[in-house]
Amino acid sequence: MIPASTATQRSQNARLLVIDERGAITHRARADFQTLVRPGDVVVANDAATLPASLAGIHMPTDSIVEVRLAGRDSLLPRDVTRFTAVVFGAGDFRTPTEHRPHPPLKHAGDELRLGPLRAMVLTVLAHPRLIELRFENPGADIWEGLARHGRAIHYAYVPEPLAIWDTWTRIASVPVAFEAPSAGFLLDWTVIGALRARGAAFATLTHAAGLSSTGDAELDRLLPLDEPYDIPASTAALIEACRDRGGRVIAIGTTVVRALEHAARADGTVRPGAGTATQRIGPHTRLSCVDAIVSGTHEPGTSHYDLLGAFQDDDVLHRMEREADVHGYRTHEFGDSVWLARAARDCSPRRSIFVTAPRDTGFSAFHGHSRGLSSRLDASRQ
Amino acid sequence: MSETHQQELRVAITGGTSGLGLALVRELVDRGALVAFIARHREAVERISREHPAASGIVGDVSRKDDIHPIAIQVLGALGGLDVLVNNASSLGPVPLVPLADTDCEDLERALATNLLGPFRLTKALLGSLAASARGGGRPLVVNISSDAAVTPYAGWGAYGASKAALHHLSRIWSEELASEGIRIISIDPGDMDTPLHALAVPDADRSTLKSPDAAAREIADLIAAPVPGTAQFASREPEVVR
Repeated sequence: MIPASTATQRSQNARLLVIDERGAITHRARADFQTLVRPGDVVVANDAATLPASLAGIHMPTDSIVEVRLAGRDSLLPRDVTRFTAVVFGAGDFRTPTEHRPHPPLKHAGDELRLGPLRAMVLTVLAHPRLIELRFENPGADIWEGLARHGRAIHYAYVPEPLAIWDTWTRIASVPVAFEAPSAGFLLDWTVIGALRARGAAFATLTHAAGLSSTGDAELDRLLPLDEPYDIPASTAALIEACRDRGGRVIAIGTTVVRALEHAARADGTVRPGAGTATQRIGPHTRLSCVDAIVSGTHEPGTSHYDLLGAFQDDDVLHRMEREADVHGYRTHEFGDSVWLARAARDCSPRRSIFVTAPRDTGFSAFHGHSRGLSSRLDASRQ
Repeated sequence: MSETHQQELRVAITGGTSGLGLALVRELVDRGALVAFIARHREAVERISREHPAASGIVGDVSRKDDIHPIAIQVLGALGGLDVLVNNASSLGPVPLVPLADTDCEDLERALATNLLGPFRLTKALLGSLAASARGGGRPLVVNISSDAAVTPYAGWGAYGASKAALHHLSRIWSEELASEGIRIISIDPGDMDTPLHALAVPDADRSTLKSPDAAAREIADLIAAPVPGTAQFASREPEVVR
């Protein structure tokens, strides 16, 4: 597929590839998105604003130029802004595709990084030589100022013009905790949100610290997504429960919303409100408890985003989806076209009865098993 | 994070190191709000931060497009969200005041950049947070500081008056449009106050006839804290212009 190369969030020509619960495919204009939403549905979006998470600077022990891309954080709390997981690149910037970027110097615990006005120390080298945990040494307010003033939006080479930070903020962008834009939300604006409500659907948000989508290094990419903290407001949990009760669908705008909702999901499809950290990988073997459909960018096979789509439809349908998108020239990546993917129909009975009759270990514990897998991989390297 | 606004109102104030803005910082900190304030000059921001360690000082110029998102990021970094934005920073335009026929275009542009575009851009950058506050059960509010010069055509106040009139009308339209999101936008005329801005405009004014910015700040703080008789009902009314 062709990457979308201009930073236009709501292109007039944007398209929407619609795959229904039986795997049937239709092509729509993305402007028609709200007409696919039915009265009683709840549309859930990630309202995280994007942090300028790319920091240019110097690795002091070797006096060499590096780019540090912040990629993870323990919580969303404003004061908790000292320690980050980060991926380090060698000299250069977004103009060089990540897979061609020179390697950074080897780092060791205790190394100092000077990132504009920010000073950071490498605390640990994690599961990969380029994946580190760092600690900013500046006071908290200075860290926010340093990020706001010195940081740049993480940016990939397929968009040739420099990105402004506002190019990466959705219309609903709230607290700046995402490391890359939760870009599925680009299709929303206040007019669309008003139209959803006018159709009798509910609109709700959660906040999820979307991490890096790619590093250009296959080994590193296999560790994605990293653990991502999220927060689900009580009002959102209540809207989802009300939606379940009236038989509506939960429509997730983006992979991050799926990850947060499924992490917080109870077996009956409702979600626990409050803060959490999504540690699981979602893929073909995940049984979704909460989300009925996802609206997402188009993703390429082999990425964690694409794997996640496997929880909604089987390989055969996803391959047909890929082929349709290819043949019809859909544009990929964050400023590209979109996909509406309904979860494959399992049977005709209402959702709640599935979970009353199904054994408890089908979905819920399955993804917790995955979560242990990822966490232990990271933990092992921390020791 | 989603619960904090129930305990402490999170308020951002532009132009927070002098005049009405500073009085608002003091008043709202005293009333227990979580306050971030924005001003152009680092020395002033640091001085007020030392006087009010509970408030978060942010250096930025709302008239500069490239400053808006850095300001928004720091406001949200300091407060973790936002319930109230007070667009208070203002520019007189040409100083001393001159008739429109003698006003340079650049002076008019500066007044519009500070008094109209700045509040528009900053409100837009923070709108997602204000809407999140509303969805979470808060009652978010944007207060745009206006002036009687927005309504009355005072000779010599062309750049200021025209920009404040535009801000006032922007507030009224936005208030209509954002009622469905639960966000209130009001425009307030605090009256002729004894502030550095007034001294620039009318150097020989009898200061004893001017309102103190502290009194105006108390009125605005009362309004921010006042219970709302149902958000939709309130927002469908004309924005209040209080004197």
